[in-house]
Amino acid sequence: MDIIIVGCGKVGRVLAAQLNEAGNNITVVDIRPERVTDLTNRYDIMGVTGNGATHTVLKEAGIDDADLMIAVTGSDERNLLCCLIAKKAGGCQTIARVRNPQYSADVPYLKEELGLAMVINPEYAAAEEIARVLQFPSAIKIDTFAKGKVELLKFKLPEDSPLCGMSVREISAKLHCDVLVCTIERGEEAYIASGDFRFEAKDIISIISEPKAAFVFFRKIRYKANPVEDVLIAGGGDITHYLCGMLDKAGISATVIEKDADRARQLADAFPDTNIILEDAVNQEVLMQENIDKAGAFVSLTNLDEENILLSLFAKSVSDGKIITKINRIDFDEVIEHLDLDTIIYPKNLTSDHIVRYVRAMNKTIGTNLETLYQVIKGKVEAAEFIVKEECGLTAAPLSRLKLKNGVLVAAILREGRVLTPRGSDCIQVGDSVVIVTDHLGLHDMNDLLQ
Amino acid sequence: MNFRMTTYILGLLLAFEGAFMAVPVLTAAVFHEPELLLFAVTALLCLAAGFLLSRFKPKNKRLFARDGFLIVALSWILLSLVGALPFYISGCIPRFVDAVFETVSGFTTTGASILHTLEGMPKCMLMWRSFTHWVGGMGVLVFIMALLPIAGGQNMYLMKAESPGPSVSKLVPRVRKTAMLLYVIYFVMTVLEIALLLIGGMPAFDAINISFATAGTGGFSCDPAGMPYNPFCINVITVFMFLFGVNFTCYFLFLQRRFREGFTEELKIYLGIIVFAIVTITLDVRHLPMFSGTGEALMHSSFTVGSLMTTTGFATVDFNLWPEYSRTLLVLLMFVGACAGSTGGGIKVSRCIIFFKSMHNELRIMTHPRQVKTLKMDGHPIELDVIRSVSAYFTCYILIYVVSMLVLSFDQLDLTTNFTATVATLDNIGPGLNLVGPTSNYDVFSTASKCMLIFNMLAGRLELFPIVLLLSPAAWKK
Repeated sequence: MDIIIVGCGKVGRVLAAQLNEAGNNITVVDIRPERVTDLTNRYDIMGVTGNGATHTVLKEAGIDDADLMIAVTGSDERNLLCCLIAKKAGGCQTIARVRNPQYSADVPYLKEELGLAMVINPEYAAAEEIARVLQFPSAIKIDTFAKGKVELLKFKLPEDSPLCGMSVREISAKLHCDVLVCTIERGEEAYIASGDFRFEAKDIISIISEPKAAFVFFRKIRYKANPVEDVLIAGGGDITHYLCGMLDKAGISATVIEKDADRARQLADAFPDTNIILEDAVNQEVLMQENIDKAGAFVSLTNLDEENILLSLFAKSVSDGKIITKINRIDFDEVIEHLDLDTIIYPKNLTSDHIVRYVRAMNKTIGTNLETLYQVIKGKVEAAEFIVKEECGLTAAPLSRLKLKNGVLVAAILREGRVLTPRGSDCIQVGDSVVIVTDHLGLHDMNDLLQ
Repeated sequence: MNFRMTTYILGLLLAFEGAFMAVPVLTAAVFHEPELLLFAVTALLCLAAGFLLSRFKPKNKRLFARDGFLIVALSWILLSLVGALPFYISGCIPRFVDAVFETVSGFTTTGASILHTLEGMPKCMLMWRSFTHWVGGMGVLVFIMALLPIAGGQNMYLMKAESPGPSVSKLVPRVRKTAMLLYVIYFVMTVLEIALLLIGGMPAFDAINISFATAGTGGFSCDPAGMPYNPFCINVITVFMFLFGVNFTCYFLFLQRRFREGFTEELKIYLGIIVFAIVTITLDVRHLPMFSGTGEALMHSSFTVGSLMTTTGFATVDFNLWPEYSRTLLVLLMFVGACAGSTGGGIKVSRCIIFFKSMHNELRIMTHPRQVKTLKMDGHPIELDVIRSVSAYFTCYILIYVVSMLVLSFDQLDLTTNFTATVATLDNIGPGLNLVGPTSNYDVFSTASKCMLIFNMLAGRLELFPIVLLLSPAAWKK
């Protein structure tokens, strides 16, 4: 597909890299020539320097033949203008990043009236993800399928876990739980689970199940499965704003430390039940005063990655609660992984994941529709949800008789609102939603799963 | 520096060179020449060595700007050394330096020859000579890129290092598609020229050879008598020389019906210079006894202007005998060269434009020291990087020029010969004036001078930096 990306900031760059990798023809537009050159040197893509909100520049970037235009510049207004012009000029699909909370209520209206295919809000998405993890603090990461009916949870095995030494096959027999183990990460290696695989301490495991079954499962392996009760948040930016709203609804009490008086006032106005502390969070005294050591969870959401990492490291040293760290720059993700910081949220990655998923789904496929897509292990394993629209190779026989490729796991089948854990004798039927875990990246049609 | 990637690409290159030798093999088969076996064996050896080297695909495909330059420079040297083998082994060119000179001259589309006469040269050797022009014109690595995905995203560095012009841009997002489009345009235009020359009554062998040489703006002729063709053919060649000197991006834009964008500032000035040169030279030479009238003078001066400005280097008449104004103007045209992104060499029209614009700007700043002004080309601001690289190019150009003049001076030849021999090789033209004029050849030089000229040709074709970088120790540090 021909895709134009306006704005070569952090999100623009991740998008260019991922969409290019997926085989699309990318043209990037940015007003700063050095950013464009940097990207075109790095990837096999074309660059145009200029204001992407002008018709001439978009035309030069090939808007006439483009299938999709993604506006991810720093300004919401410019992004919307880009989409407006792209829509008029090229009739292509458009995606805009709109992050200002003041516009968030208008999103459905904007989508409708401006004909936007998608509006993404990285801060909102990040807040959503944080809220999910706070509801279920034992998990490092939670993704949902079929509007929350199925969850993909990632967690790390501690030294004394009863799972250590158990094999994947033994789980259902010994624990009587209806969960499906998908992947295991051990150090640098990543595996798609097979029945004989034995767990070891420090493995990072992802499972797919219904939320209720997951709850039972975590109880049985002696994990905390209850939501946290109170949260300490450092930094009062947009993510905090969205997050406070969500925590309010979930009944989790929150304390926010923010150093800017105006900002603190705004938050206090919007969330009367939340404690707002006007202080600089990078101060042990203040943190201890706010009971960082006893809080159920600590979330560092300041603007500086370095600050967030330091704060979280400190929190880790004094408390055994849940710790969530927001990181903006993705360049050093491997180093950060090694710090063992519990849950890390990359808003930029969330955004690009959303868009990549959308683009992948745009590729016209016969019979099946890609609904959701997550990277279970970055660059190695993906989980995808497909809706089976008509008879195809997969509906022809029971699962045990289908010739699936190696490294493909049918993780869940949703039929008429019920979740089935697939067994060999089950058949995929038209109308089903099917969750697949696979290391064949770049999938956009379920029929690709067949040998 | 990514050594495994370098050997991998060099391996591919060897394999491709082996495949290119199918052309002389076919020629030898058609004319029943005994050199068939020689070419076939060389080709097979190249293919075998190439496959061996490129069998191990490197895991780390990452290339940086430095790797791009070095790989391109090494590729061209290897290409020339291997390409020289048939000339040397067959004994057609008895000395290896001469064989390398001839091959480098071919691949770099220079067209300077050390051969005294083409009499007795096997047809397949002539065909190989011309075909090296065609391959070298658009670039070998670009050709490989059009067919194979070599280095993921980073192969833009290769394309930038191999393609002529101050700033290389893609036509479409993918390097591979861009390379393919360029070659399609190139191929179609070459075929068109062959067809027109055949219609004009030229023998097929000559038509193909001449077209290859025109397309790459090379300039090797294939007839011992020079260019003994009828006026129609001469005019066809003239037109195609001009066409191959145009930036191929313009053709792409024309094909997309983006005429206004395609008619770039560079193209306009290129055409302007051509018209000016043709008119004044015709007026200057029309009284010469070698022409029967203004018409004939116009035909030959157009041909010569086209030949020298696009750095092709064909000659229908001995322009060495023309009046001093014409000779001087022709030498100046040699410096300007063709458009960026064409198959021609030289400093390039666009570089000259940028140079003049920044000079103009400096003059303004002298009178209005606080003036702020952006240089623009085709309505787009010229990036500072580009201006900087253009000045660096000029400095480097002059430096190589000086060194070359000094090296050549040891041969005790006259200044005009040395001066024009340097420009003719550094700008990939071919013939110069006096002892290296269109009726003479480069065998007058000593071995040392020939090596210098070989260096000039390679440096000129790759736009100086890759070859110069090869000599700089900083490029080799780990």
